[in-house]
Amino acid sequence: MKAKYFKKLSYHIIVGGFAILLLYPVFWLLMSSFKVSEQIFITADSLIPNPFIISNYAQGWEGFGDYGFGVFIKNTAVFVILVLIGHLISCSLIAFGFARLQFVGRRFWFAIMIMTLMLPYEVVMIPQYIIFAQLDWLNSLKPLVVPAYFGHPFFIFLLVQFIRTIPRELDEAAIIDGCNTFGVYSRIILPLIVPALATTSIFTFYWTWDNLLGPVLYLNSPSKYTVSMALNMFLSNETVSNWGAMFAMSIVSLIPVFIVFFIFQRYVVEGISTSGLKG
Amino acid sequence: MQSHMKQNLWGYFFIGPFIIGFLSFTIIPIFASLYFSFTSYNLFNAPQWIGLDNFRKMFTEDPRYIHSLKITFVYVFVGVPLRLGFALIVAMLLNTASRAVGLYRTLYYLPSLIGGSVAVAIMWRNIFGDEGIVNLALMSMGIDPVRWFGDPGAALWMLIFLSVWQFGSSMLIFLAGLKSIPQSYYEAASVDGASFFQKFFTITIPMLSPVILFNAIMQTIAAFMTFVPAFIISKGTGGPLDGTLLYSLYLFKQGFEFFHMGYASAMAWVMLIIIAILTSLIFLSSKYWVHYESEGGR
Repeated sequence: MKAKYFKKLSYHIIVGGFAILLLYPVFWLLMSSFKVSEQIFITADSLIPNPFIISNYAQGWEGFGDYGFGVFIKNTAVFVILVLIGHLISCSLIAFGFARLQFVGRRFWFAIMIMTLMLPYEVVMIPQYIIFAQLDWLNSLKPLVVPAYFGHPFFIFLLVQFIRTIPRELDEAAIIDGCNTFGVYSRIILPLIVPALATTSIFTFYWTWDNLLGPVLYLNSPSKYTVSMALNMFLSNETVSNWGAMFAMSIVSLIPVFIVFFIFQRYVVEGISTSGLKG
Repeated sequence: MQSHMKQNLWGYFFIGPFIIGFLSFTIIPIFASLYFSFTSYNLFNAPQWIGLDNFRKMFTEDPRYIHSLKITFVYVFVGVPLRLGFALIVAMLLNTASRAVGLYRTLYYLPSLIGGSVAVAIMWRNIFGDEGIVNLALMSMGIDPVRWFGDPGAALWMLIFLSVWQFGSSMLIFLAGLKSIPQSYYEAASVDGASFFQKFFTITIPMLSPVILFNAIMQTIAAFMTFVPAFIISKGTGGPLDGTLLYSLYLFKQGFEFFHMGYASAMAWVMLIIIAILTSLIFLSSKYWVHYESEGGR
């Protein structure tokens, strides 16, 4: 009995201790954001801020120039929501087509879609930039948002897999009751794939919230900056060594990610375990 | 016949958005990029056809390119196996009936959750600073502090550590795979007196091999395209001494800093070819080590 208890205890010490070690940098970032900038690296060995200040947050929140951090958060929220709507509409339509409809060329287009999954963004990055420049879309959200309305291979694949698990008898019953194909999609399938749509939404949120390359390429004026670009700006101004404010805003940028995770944890874990979405 | 036609129309109605998007945002850019890769193009003047010159220059006249390719290979082939190894070890540790597993799983996943963000790259940059906590920890263990931003080799390791730190999502996939291995296999092996390592190599690894294959491919592709950490940690320079100039970062700089759009497009195509070769090599090797249950063995 005692040996068993000891074994259990050492398990928790090893597994728990390693988890703490792994997350220590994040605690350090959090606690440093409450320290006076000049002291952050002098007292780097201590987690406890002395004195404990919150002025870093006020200072970081002012942003730079005429734009407060609130503007960047609002810009990012608009960006996320527009991409999210695009993914939900387009991916569910496309996935329904692939999973449920018989038409000439279905296998061909499905194979093409799987291939685009593997395509590095770098290959299309430059021509896309030129196309969007020709359309006069530079320095706007359009190049970042419009493609989302034409589907995303990861989520299409996820939804196709999910729809395939729904019994076809439901579709057939609906057709007998007088539904047309669109009715089957909107009344039968759509309500049943809500869990997969939740996974799609959560990962769309993460990837869009974190996106740096897109905004760096397409957004030039600070009034349009996203949170990740604003943090990048903080870093470029690091010469003033205002680490406190930079750390504080880094923490602020992580808060929505944590909130979404803790609310929808189940979908996140299932999304990764079952489909291998990278988080 | 009519209903056949109707079915096709419905099909293309639903997947239509994909086809339109694919043609305009993927296929046209792919061919444009292929064309640009044979040209000298700075975005402001018309592209000038120079044949294979970009590719020749890359491998014969641009030591920075060769260097960038080399460190990217190191980053991928050291980082991905370490990451997957960690993921597997932790997944096995968590594959128990303990009630705390849910909590641990969440804690180990958190680095993956936030790992792609600029905030974490900023954090990484600061914990590896000369007076950062990593050096403090090294000193407390009696090891000399490392100048992570002074030595290009050390700087690359800083990026590799960041990638390994985010083993959580692979761990979740492994954990799901481990849970699907029937417990009776292990019990039977125990009855036959198999040791832990025998069970690991004859049950766990073969049963998990399809998942390992999937992870290896996805992680290799993603690692090859790593951009944000290198960009943030080096403040966009790829320094020190190009120590963090990963392929994507160098491509970005060639394209959008020096406006060598033709050269950058050629780089993107070489990248595509390398990724295709790597993926097919992993696939080809898979028939020697991946075990599919439904086929009744190898």
